Amino acid sequence: MSLARRIIPCLDTDGARVVKGVHFEGLRDAGDPVELAARYNAEGADELVVLDIAAARDNRPTFLETIRRVAEQLAIPLSAGGGIRSLEAARAVVRAGADKITVNTAAVERPELLSELSAEFGAQAVVLAIDAKREADSWQVRIRGGRQATPLNAREWAQRGVELGAGEILLTSVDRDGTQSGFDCELTAAISNGVSVPVIASGGAKVPAHFLEVFTRGVADAALAASIFHDQVQSIRALKEFLRERGVEVRLPC
Amino acid sequence: MNVTLIDYGAGNVPSVERALQRLGAKVETTNLAEKIAAARCLVLPGVGHCAALIAALDAHALRRPLVEAVGRGAAFLGICLGLQALYESSEEAPALKGLGLLPGRVTRLPESVKLPHMGWNTLKTVRATRLLDSVPADAYFYFAHSFAAPAAGQESAAVSEHGREFIAVLEKENICAVQFHPEKSGAVGAQVLRSFLRAAA
Repeated sequence: MSLARRIIPCLDTDGARVVKGVHFEGLRDAGDPVELAARYNAEGADELVVLDIAAARDNRPTFLETIRRVAEQLAIPLSAGGGIRSLEAARAVVRAGADKITVNTAAVERPELLSELSAEFGAQAVVLAIDAKREADSWQVRIRGGRQATPLNAREWAQRGVELGAGEILLTSVDRDGTQSGFDCELTAAISNGVSVPVIASGGAKVPAHFLEVFTRGVADAALAASIFHDQVQSIRALKEFLRERGVEVRLPC
Repeated sequence: MNVTLIDYGAGNVPSVERALQRLGAKVETTNLAEKIAAARCLVLPGVGHCAALIAALDAHALRRPLVEAVGRGAAFLGICLGLQALYESSEEAPALKGLGLLPGRVTRLPESVKLPHMGWNTLKTVRATRLLDSVPADAYFYFAHSFAAPAAGQESAAVSEHGREFIAVLEKENICAVQFHPEKSGAVGAQVLRSFLRAAA
């Protein structure tokens, strides 16, 4: 008996539709979130993340309706985020069917949010998303979809976030995101070895070897990707078979 | 099958409700003592902090009807915290009393591993249980917890391991409980719920 490494598809939405694009630039439609959720649930995804990347453009009711419809399709955990700045907003997302709440910019601006969420929903339901960019020999936290720098060191912020109540870190390499050149294993290992909670690696995935590398050299507990799954460049089942053949424990659904 | 689903105001109760409905159960979601007292099949889901669950049960005066319903033979399924609440106490909320339907204390998993124990893990069956009927031996279930029941209790039907062994499935007469989330564990999770409903019928 041991814990399997998780493969997690991510749906970036504009509230209603799945979209693709780097840092809000050149967004294009990548499908219906409900259809994609049903497909990933059937294909053996271990969890699903749904983010509202247009959260600032006030379409919350649309996003909550999307969460509700996605949750109906799933028999796996669902994590939701994007623009959750208060306990009230988090409650609405949980009531709509999310098992976990993902927060990023709002936690940097008001770290107590993590404690508030953890007290109400439990640490296992609180995911701290960190967008990290390399600066000399460390990584700096960026907010607002990676566009704005902060003085925070990513490893220190991850540790602080865990102390405050986060039960998981969703770590995105701003340098690798959208490049399909592989996960930043150095960054992932630095954070994963520095915290007591699971770490989900994100940013840069293209081929199965990238996942193998982030689970071994990067010490990731889970790995997240979006477009390679949406575009059917990579099937989840084939990816898991590749990993299992190379000694990584993964769950192959019956 | 009529199922009384205890909604104490925290966590993702709708997903448990939906999972039971998919299997044809007629689900009544409630926090009313009289409904629980009269129930023939009870499900207590739970995520979050143990203290929140115990406090909510007491705030709605659900402890006695729940214990009495189980005492007169109502089928019971506890999920995650709903399993932990069955014991006398929990290290997570030392000042509070559990339901005390099973002897022992729930403790934190060791610091030597990442916590919460979050993700998909397998089971080791230690005793035949109806709950695992038609479930392959190498099936994975979804866990999300940091505290767990001791592995040694006689009620244990299957254990899992994360830092130490702990009870993943228990069955003692009409009391059933699972530490994992069957409603989040894909097809095998649905099979566990189906077996519970069949046994309860």
